[in-house]
Amino acid sequence: MTTRQANRPLSPHLGVYRWQISNTLSIFHRLTGVAMSLGALVLTGWIVSIAAGPDAYLDLVDALGSPPGVLALAGWTLCFFYHLCNGVRHLFWDAGKGFEIPEARRSGIMVVVTSTLLTLVFWIAILAGRWS
Amino acid sequence: MAEFRLPANSRVQAGREHKAPAGASRVRRFKVYRYDPGSGENPRLDSYEVDLDRCGPMVLDALIKIKNEVDATLTFRRSCREGICGSCAMNIDGTNTLACTQAISDINGDISIYPLPHMPVIKDLVPDLTRFYAQYASIRPWLQTRTPPPPPDRERLQSKEEQEKINSPSACILCACCSTSCPSYWWNSDRYLGPAVLLAAYRWLVDSRDEATGERLDDLEDPFRLYRCHTIMNCTWACPKGLNPARAIAEIKQMIAARHL
Repeated sequence: MTTRQANRPLSPHLGVYRWQISNTLSIFHRLTGVAMSLGALVLTGWIVSIAAGPDAYLDLVDALGSPPGVLALAGWTLCFFYHLCNGVRHLFWDAGKGFEIPEARRSGIMVVVTSTLLTLVFWIAILAGRWS
Repeated sequence: MAEFRLPANSRVQAGREHKAPAGASRVRRFKVYRYDPGSGENPRLDSYEVDLDRCGPMVLDALIKIKNEVDATLTFRRSCREGICGSCAMNIDGTNTLACTQAISDINGDISIYPLPHMPVIKDLVPDLTRFYAQYASIRPWLQTRTPPPPPDRERLQSKEEQEKINSPSACILCACCSTSCPSYWWNSDRYLGPAVLLAAYRWLVDSRDEATGERLDDLEDPFRLYRCHTIMNCTWACPKGLNPARAIAEIKQMIAARHL
């Protein structure tokens, strides 16, 4: 069964399809998963630095405490909370619930709002702990 | 691996501009994907200005008007013009729908029209649906039974509740709007069946008269055929008949999970 015979062109897809809540939040789920995998490397580096001795450990802690480091950590926590909340959304879908379009739209907005709030609360708690 | 970029022969070039006739009162611009297999050239995007005061209300009306009055070579499928044949499925203003039931007034600004996404294009807005139909045939979309048939003057009876289960999935017109809206289908259409075909499979799985449920589930229990669905839900968003392939697929997954309990 050849469907690409006669050198037929492929019709446009990603470049023309509208970004809706459905596909946008789905690609975010994938991207945050990838970002967290990269973050896991940093976590591994953190553990390795402990084994490598106090100097290496302090270097890494300093780097993560610098503004770019904090920004990266904040990004990763946002990724974590987004992936977590959207994962719960997927569990509901796997249970056969939430498939009507208004429900799916609402749950999508809820995931974005909740993950943002959780990230804010998480960082306010950390920064408050650091300053007190 | 998913190929995000269009192949070199598929990249869309700038096209020709067709201005509205003088004296046109309410002009809208339609940007339409054109591909002429005889030209040896890449696809292009032509723009046509249409006077809406001299045009029917639907996008299909505008396409027919363009074909009749501006450019007779514009090629697209259409038949019933009332959303039941599924022929005029295309990508309009970024989402897949039927040109005949999509009102022009529901779209803001220029109206871009492409063939159904990530499909081989035969000409202009006509995609090659060979694989889509072959996938449909692969799920054996007919009643399979083992028990002897009732006498010729009798039917295989269903209760009202049993009939209601297949009501909605039977309303699918196989326009392919959902399957070609699905990124998973874009990247894996050689192995993933896609939402339309899985909705059809579901329709026979929940049919109380069908006796091949086990074999049907065996066929679907495959990392690609069924499980490339990641609940993106573009399918349900796109369906011009208001059906819900995403939920049907989730229910198939549940039926398979239940077999292993």
